Amino acid sequence: MTAIQINSVEKSYKAFKALKGVSLTIEQGEFFGLLGPNGAGKTTLISTIAGLIRPDVGSVKIHGHDVVTDFREARKKLGVVPQELVFDPFFTVRETLRLQSGYFGIKNNDKWIDEVMENLDLTNKADVNMRALSGGMKRRVLVAQALVHKPPVIVLDEPTAGVDVELRQTLWKFISRLNREGGHTVVLTTHYLEEAQAMCQRVAMLKSGQVVALDTMSALLRRVSGSQLIVHLKSGDLPQDLRHLVSHDEHGNGSGNKYSLRVNDYAEVEPILARLRESGAVIDEMQLQQADLEDIFIQIMEKGAL
Amino acid sequence: MSFVSVGFRTLFYKEMLRFWKVATQTIAAPILTAMLYLLIFGHVLEGRVEVYPGVSYTAFLVPGLVMMSVLQNAFANASSSLIQSKITGNLVFILLPPLSHWEILLAYVAASVVRGLAVGAGVFAITAWFAHLSFAAPLWIIVFAIMGAAILGTLGVIAGIWADKFDQLAAFQNFLIMPATFLAGVFYSIHSLPAFWQAVSHFNPFFYMIDGFRHGFFGQSDISPWTSLAIVSAFFAVLAAVAINLLRGGYKLRH
Repeated sequence: MTAIQINSVEKSYKAFKALKGVSLTIEQGEFFGLLGPNGAGKTTLISTIAGLIRPDVGSVKIHGHDVVTDFREARKKLGVVPQELVFDPFFTVRETLRLQSGYFGIKNNDKWIDEVMENLDLTNKADVNMRALSGGMKRRVLVAQALVHKPPVIVLDEPTAGVDVELRQTLWKFISRLNREGGHTVVLTTHYLEEAQAMCQRVAMLKSGQVVALDTMSALLRRVSGSQLIVHLKSGDLPQDLRHLVSHDEHGNGSGNKYSLRVNDYAEVEPILARLRESGAVIDEMQLQQADLEDIFIQIMEKGAL
Repeated sequence: MSFVSVGFRTLFYKEMLRFWKVATQTIAAPILTAMLYLLIFGHVLEGRVEVYPGVSYTAFLVPGLVMMSVLQNAFANASSSLIQSKITGNLVFILLPPLSHWEILLAYVAASVVRGLAVGAGVFAITAWFAHLSFAAPLWIIVFAIMGAAILGTLGVIAGIWADKFDQLAAFQNFLIMPATFLAGVFYSIHSLPAFWQAVSHFNPFFYMIDGFRHGFFGQSDISPWTSLAIVSAFFAVLAAVAINLLRGGYKLRH
């Protein structure tokens, strides 16, 4: 079943084109990452999915329901955690969650509200006014608000921006469980690429309002050219003819030099080691590091596409 | 199955809770203001002005002040709630759920009516001590109080949607709502005005709300309460249509 269908969506703000014909299909049960630098159009796209922004061209459907023409059905299926840390200062955490349940037409939702609060470590803050909460706690309430109606599709717009490790772990544990056990679709935008790499099965990368990469995480990781061979030299130096491979170097503290060399596959490692031996350099430590999502992200953003 | 949807009831309840939690500001303060008006104007003008035969000026003033309080507070409730939610960003909690345009409009208007009537009842309870009042046609009192509050609540929704900043809302209130209320005969009968201004007053919908409301007390008014009701109802229908179209089109709410 298709959870989110985005068809050729375009959106402009006066002369600025925020989205230039974005098309995506996200299946039910996927954990999907939407990545891109600031200003790439991620939040505009999420706001379009949420019905907060109306596309100039194209359409978005949630479980087959158009977010503009059939918005009531579409919104019932969708839970959105906004990027901005917003709250209503008049209410306590429990009141906030009860009200949000009611807006979705759900009465007597306390059992689920208690479960959500427990999973997000909010139980002891249930009767505290929103104003009195720390930023991290407010973020948890935002997540809880998005989940009060048990939406099959959950969209999180940078949910871990500026929050501590504890919340990140609590949040990902709970969201992963919803995805794994409940079959909820999760769409995530984040600047923490290690989070996206750990959580997402599939990724779309946006640049200047366009999708520049769309693939499974494993396929993307395979696509990137090369790994990093990190060598820490006890003595000697890197020969001149190997210096073009250096992607990053860190000079040691007098005991030797540390270099990161780009290699495309394992077969390239042995000739490099042989050349080092030949030059008289002595290796103290060596490590072969696989390319990660950050490397791919940087390559795609620099080149436009892989 | 309930006739009224859970979504509407929740938003209505939330709006009620919002003003009730700051009742000193939203209920008590306007009651005090109205009482000061009565004491000052009543003291200065009592015995010098007789608007209706056999009705003291203070007695004439009370219904006008009650209605003015109802109208101003009904407007303030919806408009301030919306502008605060827009500026703080928490309006998103209303925009993300599957609430219909009618549910949103009616919830804001209904809560505005309740606040308007609560303040009006408070003003009446205090000011009635200062004048001998009659209740010639109580049903008109209720009808015009509810219609007036609903109209101003709807205007509050429109202003709250339109305004991007507090000063824009203040301009709406100070340059439109306040003059229209003050020039609608709160403190005088339009029959005491020159012919030209009498004619102008007939274009002010607020005049019909206050005149019809006052008819409920004294059984006398500048024009027939039925005519006032027809005009007030038509005005409400037009405003409701404008508000619902703004919500449907997402004007300044969904970009």
